[in-house]
Amino acid sequence: MAIDLEYSVIGKRVPRLDGLKKVTGRPIYTGDIELPGMLHAVLVRSPHPHARIVRVDKHRAERVPGVVAVVSGTDILNTPGVVDPWVGPVFKDQGILALDKARHIGDPVAAVVAESREAAEEARELVEVEYEPLPAVFDPVEACKPGAPLVHEVLRPSRAFADMAHVAEAGGTNICYHQKVRKGDVDAAFARADYIFEDIFTSPPAQHAPLEPHVTLAYIDEDDRITLWTATQSPSFVRVSTAGIFGVPLNRVRVIVPYLGAGYGSKLYAKLEPIAAYLAYITRRPVRIMLSRSEEFHIITKHQVVARYKLGVTKHGDIVAVEAENWWNTGAYAEIGPRVVHKSGYTSAGPYKFPNVKIDAYCVYTNNVPAGAFRGFGVPQVVWAYESMMDTAAHALGIDPLEFRLRHALDEGDEFATGTPMVSIGVKASLRKVAEAIGYTPPRPQRVPPGSGRVRGKAVACGVKAVLTPSISSAVVQMNADGSVTVLSSTVEMGQGSETALAQIAAEELGVPITKVRVHLPDTDVTPYDTITAGSRSTYHMGNAIRGAAKQIRDQLLAAAAEVLEANPADLVLRDERIYVRGAEERGLTIPQVFAAKLGALGTTLVGEHVFKTIADPLDHETGQSKKATEFWFSGATAAEVEVDTDTGQVQVLKFVAAADVGREVNPHHCEQQIAGAAILTLGLTFFEWMNVEQGQVTNASLLEYQLPSLKDVPPQLESVSVAVPHPDGPFGAKGVGESGTLSVQPTIANAIYNACGVRIRDLPITPEKVLRALHERARAHGAEVAPPAARQPAAVENAGATEVPE
Amino acid sequence: MKRTITLTVNGAPRQLTVEDHWLLSDVLREQLKLYGVREGCGTGVCGSCTVLVNGAPTASCLTLAARLDGARIETIEGLSQGPRLHPVQEAFLEERAFQCGYCTPGYILAVKALLEELPDADEEETKHYLAGNYCRCAGYQDILRAVQSARLKLAQPRAGATAS
Repeated sequence: MAIDLEYSVIGKRVPRLDGLKKVTGRPIYTGDIELPGMLHAVLVRSPHPHARIVRVDKHRAERVPGVVAVVSGTDILNTPGVVDPWVGPVFKDQGILALDKARHIGDPVAAVVAESREAAEEARELVEVEYEPLPAVFDPVEACKPGAPLVHEVLRPSRAFADMAHVAEAGGTNICYHQKVRKGDVDAAFARADYIFEDIFTSPPAQHAPLEPHVTLAYIDEDDRITLWTATQSPSFVRVSTAGIFGVPLNRVRVIVPYLGAGYGSKLYAKLEPIAAYLAYITRRPVRIMLSRSEEFHIITKHQVVARYKLGVTKHGDIVAVEAENWWNTGAYAEIGPRVVHKSGYTSAGPYKFPNVKIDAYCVYTNNVPAGAFRGFGVPQVVWAYESMMDTAAHALGIDPLEFRLRHALDEGDEFATGTPMVSIGVKASLRKVAEAIGYTPPRPQRVPPGSGRVRGKAVACGVKAVLTPSISSAVVQMNADGSVTVLSSTVEMGQGSETALAQIAAEELGVPITKVRVHLPDTDVTPYDTITAGSRSTYHMGNAIRGAAKQIRDQLLAAAAEVLEANPADLVLRDERIYVRGAEERGLTIPQVFAAKLGALGTTLVGEHVFKTIADPLDHETGQSKKATEFWFSGATAAEVEVDTDTGQVQVLKFVAAADVGREVNPHHCEQQIAGAAILTLGLTFFEWMNVEQGQVTNASLLEYQLPSLKDVPPQLESVSVAVPHPDGPFGAKGVGESGTLSVQPTIANAIYNACGVRIRDLPITPEKVLRALHERARAHGAEVAPPAARQPAAVENAGATEVPE
Repeated sequence: MKRTITLTVNGAPRQLTVEDHWLLSDVLREQLKLYGVREGCGTGVCGSCTVLVNGAPTASCLTLAARLDGARIETIEGLSQGPRLHPVQEAFLEERAFQCGYCTPGYILAVKALLEELPDADEEETKHYLAGNYCRCAGYQDILRAVQSARLKLAQPRAGATAS
């Protein structure tokens, strides 16, 4: 595209601004900050999944030398100055500490703050808590049944975000959110379908496991303000949430976020900040609280999901109806579960043209560790189900699964399940890219008996996610008289490279080299509001905010230069730190000359400010229909070639390709890193990452037992591909990229395993045991039957009320 | 029990009084303020706290400082000489083999040890050696490229030395 030539920084592999710092170990993370007189806090956690707190005996703990305070929920309720001890981004359902009952194993019921961490840890063992155990519920389907133990008796909406403004006050149920989609008439469509496929797919809870654990340092500053240094992805929310606890104006709370040792969704909303702020408030001393790795397993998880899918298909291969019923195990506190269920709920049918859709997605409280957003905001869990279903149906009908997808996939202008017309949708382009890269040929799955050595298979899958809408990003850009630029943004640099990408956008708009741009890390005293750093939203939203703010400066510079140059501002070009007349490059001024002409003093500044706010047509509560469900869609597709060892069930990924529709690459290297990183992370979740939870107890709460992908788990061939379907309103056409690479990884692997050996795995993770068991079960079911020849029989059952999908 | 030990930390002798149960990671961070030592798991699995003890990559979160009297410790802070980066750092910078940066110091030290111990390690040996260092951002492809690049950088002066 010729237009690319006009950009000097956008689309370039600009080195990261944080590079030198990071290779020398110099970045300051929250846990590195020490203040004079700093205290250390630890939490006392409930050993019961559900229990009334009868009494907290602090006496022995308080006598440990160095202990400054021991506090319980009751102390918090009795603290003058605490006007609202309840927090939560959707429902105010979580106390600063457990205030009435403990709702999960690991729920903090008391805190100890001491001169040293050692003293605090010693005292923690001496806090005696008397509990009255209550009946507990762990399974999200069970928790929906009448008579299930209630995790919360009443639900109070917190109204913190516009996209969750519709949640209702409720009580008497564990279902804290229900996302419905109703399009067409599914019952009539199923009645005329030739085949019906129905199946259940599950995803387990998992850990985000950023290597930097949750950590917060709180203190009361010399002006009596509450200041928090904290590892969060949502500084603006932390500010409003903290101000709400103490009933103070927003400018009495300051939230500073240094570099994050990553987040992946785990460091959103309020985590350790409320208790850290409270302890600083009562002790009037700086208080640091940092979780151990095992505690990390008790603060936030990826949602466990049980997903029931039903597809109605004609013998010609038209999908006439899709029905999905999904139960989301959100654990003891709603956290952001309702938004996860909302956003993944309405995309649960996938990126396809389906005339008849019925979706019910339930966000369900249980007595497990709370679940929140995890890179993909719930979408990978539904893609796991619907993309497994797509292959099941395609194979049964004898249609190539890729062809089947391309036939149904959404094109520009097609209606999504919500009735929303698609804008800038790159699903087909992504599918074609990955199919080409993997060397795709229509699969011929074989019923391979166990013990037949190694067999290979290839497969594809795709997914789509909608960006959080409405949401807000605000930015202030300041240009100094020497042409250097300071960007004030609350986007958190957590490894994704936002600092560099946002600097590129400012540099492009202001015609300066990126080395002249400095992006301020979040500090709510100086950086304006931003909804969250999550959900692949920052490049688009903060990018637009910065671009808008920079444009104001640009306009001022051009106007001032136009006067000096006696030219029309519209005829001027700002590039390479100069403003000149288009076509007459010698007629120009440098940026410092323009400043001198306009302001006439050394070191002056020009400032631009922009609030970028997106708007949605709220989904109809009963039907989920909306003219505009989201600001933009971003899709991804993946392809894999796997080798299954039918003797052991071991699966090796030989080659993996991940494509994401990024709109436009602001920095191609960042896109590659995000796409490949997302794929590797999700391969871990596909094969060996899961939290083993028994009766609410996490039994593998350490990295010894919960394994993360290492270098050895990277497929020998791994390719990441950016697909660029520009968005008309994106900064330079850009959309988002952080999550796209996660969406379809898991069903791609399951589909490839099916294509290799003919068994379908429905429950993640895909362990060797499960594959081997499936091979044996299938062999038993088919007796001594030898694998059938390449041309298979359509496997679906005629629509006679049968719902089982045979292999 | 408290005891006094001497460590050579990044080339400088340091006399320290430590309790028997104190971990090397805590001593380096809290007493010597070497914050490039980052704790990630506390169980010696993730590699973030890797430092070199007498040249060997070591999980400082599992190592008792009191047992190291006389040892030579290298942390990320000792790697660069003023503005001059160590070749491994240079390679990580050039290949952009970092994202959030939390694992980076431990990773760079592990790669330095790898290239000193097994300068001709092939890809499998390299992966095996570095499997104890997690990068949750999963920039593993960039890291492998950085290892290759660092290997070449380190090989050049060696080749030169042989020639002369």
